[in-house]
Amino acid sequence: MDTAYFNDTHEQARQTARKFITTHVSPYIEDWEEAGEFPRELYTLAGEAGLLGAGYPESLGGHSEGDIFLKVALSEELMRSTSGGLVAGLGSIDIGLPPVVKWARPDVRDAIAPAVLRGEKIIALAVTEPGGGSDVASLKTRAVRNGDEYVVNGAKTFITSGHRADYYTVAVRTGSEGHGGISLLLIDRDTPGFTRGRKLRKMGWWASDTAELFFEDCRVPANRLIGAENAGFIAIMTNFLSERLMLAIMGYMTAEIALETSIRYCRQREAFGRSISGFQVTRHKLVEMATQVDIAREYTYRCAALMQAGKSPIKQVAMAKNFAAQVCEDVTREAIQLHGGMGYMREAMVERLHRDGKLLSIGGGTTEIMKELISKQMGL
Amino acid sequence: MKVLVAVKRVIDYNVKVRVKPDNTGVDLANVKMAMNPFCEIAVEEAVRLKEKGVATEIVVVSIGAKACQEQIRTALALGADRGIHIETDEEVQSLEAAKLLKAVVEKEEPKLVILGKQSIDTDNNQTGQMLAALTGMGQGTFASEVVVEGDKVNVTREVDGGLTTVALNLPAVVTTDLRLNEPRYASLPNIMKAKKKPLDGMTPADLGVELAPRLSTLKVEAPASRQAGVKVADVAELVDKLKNEAKVI
Repeated sequence: MDTAYFNDTHEQARQTARKFITTHVSPYIEDWEEAGEFPRELYTLAGEAGLLGAGYPESLGGHSEGDIFLKVALSEELMRSTSGGLVAGLGSIDIGLPPVVKWARPDVRDAIAPAVLRGEKIIALAVTEPGGGSDVASLKTRAVRNGDEYVVNGAKTFITSGHRADYYTVAVRTGSEGHGGISLLLIDRDTPGFTRGRKLRKMGWWASDTAELFFEDCRVPANRLIGAENAGFIAIMTNFLSERLMLAIMGYMTAEIALETSIRYCRQREAFGRSISGFQVTRHKLVEMATQVDIAREYTYRCAALMQAGKSPIKQVAMAKNFAAQVCEDVTREAIQLHGGMGYMREAMVERLHRDGKLLSIGGGTTEIMKELISKQMGL
Repeated sequence: MKVLVAVKRVIDYNVKVRVKPDNTGVDLANVKMAMNPFCEIAVEEAVRLKEKGVATEIVVVSIGAKACQEQIRTALALGADRGIHIETDEEVQSLEAAKLLKAVVEKEEPKLVILGKQSIDTDNNQTGQMLAALTGMGQGTFASEVVVEGDKVNVTREVDGGLTTVALNLPAVVTTDLRLNEPRYASLPNIMKAKKKPLDGMTPADLGVELAPRLSTLKVEAPASRQAGVKVADVAELVDKLKNEAKVI
């Protein structure tokens, strides 16, 4: 896959990620999917390989800060695990940690980030609430300043890595109604008053741990405030850009794997005396799938290139996410159709890809919220 | 102790090799290339010797076109200290590779030279042995275990009848077999650090070696596709066929 976007270093990094997946993940992924989680040790293995540290400052144990296409290359290779849940679980670091690195107090940041980048500690981001997800500006979890502490009350849900995380970057209301009253707090797992509910069972992303969180008079030291008080909304929105880019990558990679699997299957599967790829209707379907995947990928690369150039392509990334999520849904559906009865079986990988893919039009902002965002950016 | 490791750039082992339509060779256009797997094992062994405190410096050398530097960088990311690239676009056959490596050995004076037992492109299995002969060093080929003790190295070798161990005086040449070790992958920070490690370029002429191939390839053909087998009714028929048709027993 040679394009102007990737260099030799990216290729070497891909090899490491590929070998990481084939050594530590592929032999076990079916079991982890069924078990609903993957071993914690995978975080430390990923940390040792430097997969978690990509894009973070060297002073905190990271490397390659600012190299967007390294992140793209690594995300593509991790998706070769064929499990969106695994990638989301390992990837909760990339939504939970950036606000800490960018805006937490230096002493808090230095105490937390290196262990997370080594994979010894897990971090999660908690924004969505039982009462609403897309409407971030209306979140209700309240944090009231009381001396040197914030007293937090409320609940969060659908939180990736929510059960076993050690640290949580939590969006709370510290001020008035609306987006001007939101802050981010870093909350430790064992803070009194903080509990986790049941492990949520999901349509897809089975290997990722998804939880509800409850805060009852949970007292958080005031120095755990990330950034300025009531300035959390902009931090959350900034964070979304790279999250949505990653979701777009997950979209076209899920579709790509479904396509490759379908091509292999259609070559080998025989009906009416020949392989089903011998039928024009099959070939044209595969071509249509390939076209969609290619366009989704190339447009996502374009967004990454804009980010690499220091731009903030909010509109384009939202478009890429929507497009790739739709491509993913369509291509994985057709992949199941090409597999026939086999495609409906749990043992067929395409079945999982289709279930996993559905998340992409919901997580990180729904397709409808993306469209609202795009229309605002267009000045409509 | 200084260790010299030779690595070769070859077609990636996952690639299905195609013969050029004019039968002059294998099609290399737009084909993914990688470090020869036996060379990866050689690098890994050197890195393990360094981790044990036996080796103090690992020098990695590769011969070929400019792109070979990718494989040198990979070895540097795995733990080698510096690289030497002998650049040439000409075909390099086993004897010439051995002569070039001999020149590097004379320059670098390593105590141990580790090579893959063969490369998966031409499968000659010659360079290590030729290098040992040209330099007068002892050789331990097809190594499945390498133990350095003082001025000696004990090399356990995989041979048809099982295992045999040879004790060699250093300096010596060792070629690696498949089961010597399981190569690691390079961590990303090490890949980044490898970019700053020294890599010297030179040409065969700099080393006083003239590339003059002694073998010429007449024709390259893909192996015949496998024929369908036959079913036999019983053991008696099988033995009969092995005896009278295949004539193997």
